Amino acid sequence: MMMTRLLTLIAALVALAFPATAQNGPLRIEITEGVVEPLPYAVPDFVTESGGSGEMAAQLARVVADDLTGTGLFREIPRDAHISQVTSFASPVQFADWKAINAQALITGAVAVNGGQLVVKFRVYDVFAGTELGKGLQFVGTTDGWRRMAHKVADAVYSRITGEGGYFDSRVVFVSETGPKDERLKRLAVMDYDGANVQYLTDSSSIVLAPRFSPSGDRVLYTSYETGFPRIHVLDVGNVQSTILENRDGDMSFAPRFAPDGRTVIFSLTKGSNTDIFTMDINSRQTTQLTTTPSIETAPSYSPDGRSIVFESDRSGTQQLYIMPAGGGDAQRISFGPGRYGTPVWSPRGDLIAFTKQNGGRFHIGVMRTDGSEERLLTASFLDEGPTWAPNGRVIMFTRETQGASGEASLYSVDISGRNLKKVRTPGAASDPSWGPLQ
Amino acid sequence: MTRLNTALMLSAALAVSACANASRFGPDYGNDGGANAGLNSGAPISTGPVPGSAQDPRSPAYFQQTVGDRVLFPVDQSTLTAEGRATLDGQAQWLLTNSDYLAVIEGHADEQGTREYNLALGARRANAVREYLVSKGIAASRLKFLSYGKERPIAICSEEACYAQNRRAVTIISAGLTS
Repeated sequence: MMMTRLLTLIAALVALAFPATAQNGPLRIEITEGVVEPLPYAVPDFVTESGGSGEMAAQLARVVADDLTGTGLFREIPRDAHISQVTSFASPVQFADWKAINAQALITGAVAVNGGQLVVKFRVYDVFAGTELGKGLQFVGTTDGWRRMAHKVADAVYSRITGEGGYFDSRVVFVSETGPKDERLKRLAVMDYDGANVQYLTDSSSIVLAPRFSPSGDRVLYTSYETGFPRIHVLDVGNVQSTILENRDGDMSFAPRFAPDGRTVIFSLTKGSNTDIFTMDINSRQTTQLTTTPSIETAPSYSPDGRSIVFESDRSGTQQLYIMPAGGGDAQRISFGPGRYGTPVWSPRGDLIAFTKQNGGRFHIGVMRTDGSEERLLTASFLDEGPTWAPNGRVIMFTRETQGASGEASLYSVDISGRNLKKVRTPGAASDPSWGPLQ
Repeated sequence: MTRLNTALMLSAALAVSACANASRFGPDYGNDGGANAGLNSGAPISTGPVPGSAQDPRSPAYFQQTVGDRVLFPVDQSTLTAEGRATLDGQAQWLLTNSDYLAVIEGHADEQGTREYNLALGARRANAVREYLVSKGIAASRLKFLSYGKERPIAICSEEACYAQNRRAVTIISAGLTS
């Protein structure tokens, strides 16, 4: 029974990833509004074992619940509805008590502390089948990193129930914004995916734009006006040291992004009125020019296998998306709907490309297949732009800016089904998110 | 009286914007707001303009306020308009006369566009100005350019009235060869 429900959820996830849409004639644009009934679950406060504090045990369970409920795929049964109390991690679960409140999944956990070492254990139960779902697992870390341990538990639960990779134990680098629209101060910051543990990486003395994580999350590429001109930089997240990568007098460089190998940087270089795409070997600083048309080529992004590059170009007269081989050469246009398409980003699964679309005075975040088919718009607002993928390719984060003199930028996330649009918690205004890998 | 008030407000606004620019581009970019204050008080000018003031035709302030430091562009375009070319003819004349100054041309876009495309679009606009000035005899070595994309609007409403002012290329004069 439970397994049937769980399998149904998995099936729904797969279906949401790609609802079958009959395609007749030219591309038709729809904002998908798939609806799925969230799976009810319970996560009682974790059990306190040797050295663990009750407060931490409760907080761990809260972070797990926030992660799961935050996906929109799960619905927590509130604790005051619980009949059973879980007082020991080892004792048998009273399935009848959890069935009675219709909790289909139950997550139990325990926390122990030895010195600065934190040990977190958890189990997941299929309540209606009356069995454990997978094996119990334990994570060992530091007490400072307790939120990460909670995210790891939630990732494991999410994976077991949905069959998809998790994304909770990940970080996002972004631009923190303060000040009025015509004198905006910008600085780089990094935070957990849920907005916790914000750390600033630069001060606000120069404009900084569009940071992008390296594949392993150890470095960040970004554009800075530190020299007075836009230049691409690389910053080591560990020691917060930054290095300028390209500094040719008279040129502008921007839109940097790592190749999957973590050694190659792809970016835009402007010479005169022409903007083309180049790559640079980050060690030797050797550059290679990939495009040569006299139009604007920018926002390049590699496929996960490193063989292809999606980018935007206005060679046809308006911004459109193209794919070319990693070494350059013939580019195939993939966007053909009405409006303009920019900022393409290849999904970590390789199957989809997320993009910004402008049409009729509105901005959208959308996804399409890599051949341009099955375009779907996920959002619509005065200004949505700059999608970035969660490590599992199921969720997209982006910048939404409100209009007018007091307009302000915020980060939002949305499921690729178009469901579960929500604001990401940040300390103030924020833009240009780049979602890092699962840690 | 209305005319006078308008003039006063305008010169006050210019003084403010000049100060803002001075702080952004460093002390090389000079302008004397004090001279405007003198003018506002209505004192007759009998001994010629104060050197460096907005009344001194050789001053960057004069370039900014009288010659005109900016040209505007249609939506998503970097083609110079007839009005823009007329302004740039004045800029070229000024730069030819005042050959010890350098210039940085800043290109800008309105907010209706993605960040990176707008950086490239602003570069096209700045470069259109640069190429025009070079065609009028200004040495390319005196002219640098960059783009701010949509990062530095001067008008902050989300309407065409503001967008039109933000789609611009601004020539910023800096002291150069002899100072």
